[in-house]
Amino acid sequence: MANALEATERKQNDKSTARDIYLPPERKKVSGGGAPHVSAKNFSIYYGEFEAVKKVNADILSKYVTAIIGPSGCGKSTFLRAINRMNDLIPNCHTTGALMFDGDDVYGKFTDEVLLRKKIGMVFQKPNPFPKSIFDNIAYGPRLHGIKDRKTLDALVEKSLRKAALWDEVSDRLDKNALGLSGGQQQRLCVARTLAVEPEILLLDEPTSALDPKATAKIEDLIQELRGSYTIMIVTHNMQQASRVSDYTMFFYEGVLIEHAPTAQLFTRPKDQMTEDYITGRFS
Amino acid sequence: MNLGTRKLLDRSFTALGIGSIIIMGLALLVVLVPIVSNGIGALVFRETVEHRKLLLSEFHRGDAGDLEKELVISNGYRQKAFDILAAFDRELEQMEPERQEVYRESYEQVRTALRVLLGPLPGEELPELTRFRYGQTRWDKAEEKLHDLLYEQKWDYSNPDVIAKPNDVSRASIFAGTSLVRLFPYVEENIDRMMMPQWTIYWGFITDSSLDSHFFGGIWPEIQGTIFLAIGAMIFAFPLGVIAAIYFTEYAREGFLNSLLRSANSTLAGVPSIVFGLFGLAFFINTLHVSESKSVLAGSLTLAIMILPTIIRAAEEAILSVPKTYKEASLGLGSTKWNTIMTVILPAALPGILTGGVISLGRAAGETAPIIFTAAVSVGTAIGLGDVLSSPTPALSWNIYNLASEHEAAAQIRHVQYGMVLSLVMIVLLLNLSAVILRARISKKLKG
Repeated sequence: MANALEATERKQNDKSTARDIYLPPERKKVSGGGAPHVSAKNFSIYYGEFEAVKKVNADILSKYVTAIIGPSGCGKSTFLRAINRMNDLIPNCHTTGALMFDGDDVYGKFTDEVLLRKKIGMVFQKPNPFPKSIFDNIAYGPRLHGIKDRKTLDALVEKSLRKAALWDEVSDRLDKNALGLSGGQQQRLCVARTLAVEPEILLLDEPTSALDPKATAKIEDLIQELRGSYTIMIVTHNMQQASRVSDYTMFFYEGVLIEHAPTAQLFTRPKDQMTEDYITGRFS
Repeated sequence: MNLGTRKLLDRSFTALGIGSIIIMGLALLVVLVPIVSNGIGALVFRETVEHRKLLLSEFHRGDAGDLEKELVISNGYRQKAFDILAAFDRELEQMEPERQEVYRESYEQVRTALRVLLGPLPGEELPELTRFRYGQTRWDKAEEKLHDLLYEQKWDYSNPDVIAKPNDVSRASIFAGTSLVRLFPYVEENIDRMMMPQWTIYWGFITDSSLDSHFFGGIWPEIQGTIFLAIGAMIFAFPLGVIAAIYFTEYAREGFLNSLLRSANSTLAGVPSIVFGLFGLAFFINTLHVSESKSVLAGSLTLAIMILPTIIRAAEEAILSVPKTYKEASLGLGSTKWNTIMTVILPAALPGILTGGVISLGRAAGETAPIIFTAAVSVGTAIGLGDVLSSPTPALSWNIYNLASEHEAAAQIRHVQYGMVLSLVMIVLLLNLSAVILRARISKKLKG
């Protein structure tokens, strides 16, 4: 206990040691990844007159994990939700500039947003399974896209649940209502549900903020599992989480992308003073 | 505010709340108890042999052989009364004209009272109206009519300063010294042998048509008409209402027109039902000519317009109460808006939508004013399903009003009226109960 207290004290006194806790683990290169998957060029998002995200220029690299951090209201969720056009649900929301996905304009005139969302899946802050059975939850997306054959569906459900590391826990009660699962299980179910549509990109909008530490750890392990198969973007309030799970980190402040760099670099040698201040806890 | 005052206020408000709930319960009791007790009287009562006679000849129900045996006994006792009448007839003929005058009017009253009690007297023609072909079919009525036979009601005008009071004068005293005087104690003594009352449950009250404008028989045409009208109204209003609610909640853009439409809808919910009735007559019958005159179709359409705002409101509320996260989840999986509505939002909103629907169904079943000019007739036979486009129908709500206010002998058939009220209350109550159960079951299924 005394040691822990001492450690805290030392952290407060010494800036360089304060960053030690964010020191990211060594990360291997991903094969076949690294191409720009989503690119923003002078991309701005407005709520009515208010510019929530300001002229962002960034390339999100495929198959890697990119974390988005920043204080509340900095536009990080707005940016994430713009990628699969979930912001369309908000009236008065419009964009300027360009956001490209695989070379196609996400906000183009002829873009089919339904098709887009199939390729860019999303998991939300609060676990939101449908009030249906576990099986029907996973099979919802595939059924929408025309898979009716029971055997194919069975296989797909098992595959998705295995990928989401949930199969062992629920395989014996697939016909039970999904709302009966615990919060962490529900969130992994939501991941599995998204994976069942076989997306290319996985957007995670603060996926662990409603979960306890144990469930959070499972979700983080899951992200490590999925890294290399999907392009993953995760919005998080928890900087340690960002440093643990991501390869690249974007730091937003008041709608501006302040810094976008490899995670190890951003947390140890930030180029911008504001990033430095944020990760050392000067403001939040 | 200090703690003491706060606690006092809390406690007095609790007392106030409990008090008002108790008053409400008592009021409900005061309304329901007479309805139930008198309404059941239409179904469960002591029937006389006249009722069994009626059932056999008009509805072909009951055993002819048993009735024959009963009638032999009953007629045996009745014959003695008729013999006394015949004897007095002869006595009357031999009297001097002045004495005849004294008895004539009273004697006619006696004959009438006996006719009402037992049915047509021997030697009389069979009356045109069914109600006069039989004696009293219910024992409680028979007892009333017996009193009319035994006593003449005379009004006491002797004191001009007070309002005249009725006064029962025994008929035996009027006919003292004649042979007719024997009649009264004889009938009083033997009335139950003449009528043979026995307890019965007359299910025909629900399943039979009425005979001679509700004097006899049941209320099936009214029940059926009520069901036709209510279901007809739902067929038009429910899909329309749900579609409108989906439009309001999912498709309409917030704007002047939209808020105008919404407030118009709320206003429509508050329009008095008689206005809808007149509107239905003017629009559906006189303008659109959906039918020649009153019809189930026109009534259903009018009721549909009346319940539409309620259904829209309920469905809107239900859809809005579906968590936004369901919608996000579905859209995020690459579902189209339409698919999201059909597979996620509507199933989750179903309990609320159905509850609103069933409550509207109950309202449509109970409303009177909208169908007065568009669908209801006072007395009629049950119509077939094929006639709903062109035929009017009797209906419970309207016939309750009609029986109370316009029937030529309303006092004679109070039990039918109570029976109708009870039936209507039961139908509405059952509908609302089923809404509650439905809601609970679906909600349970959704919660898992």
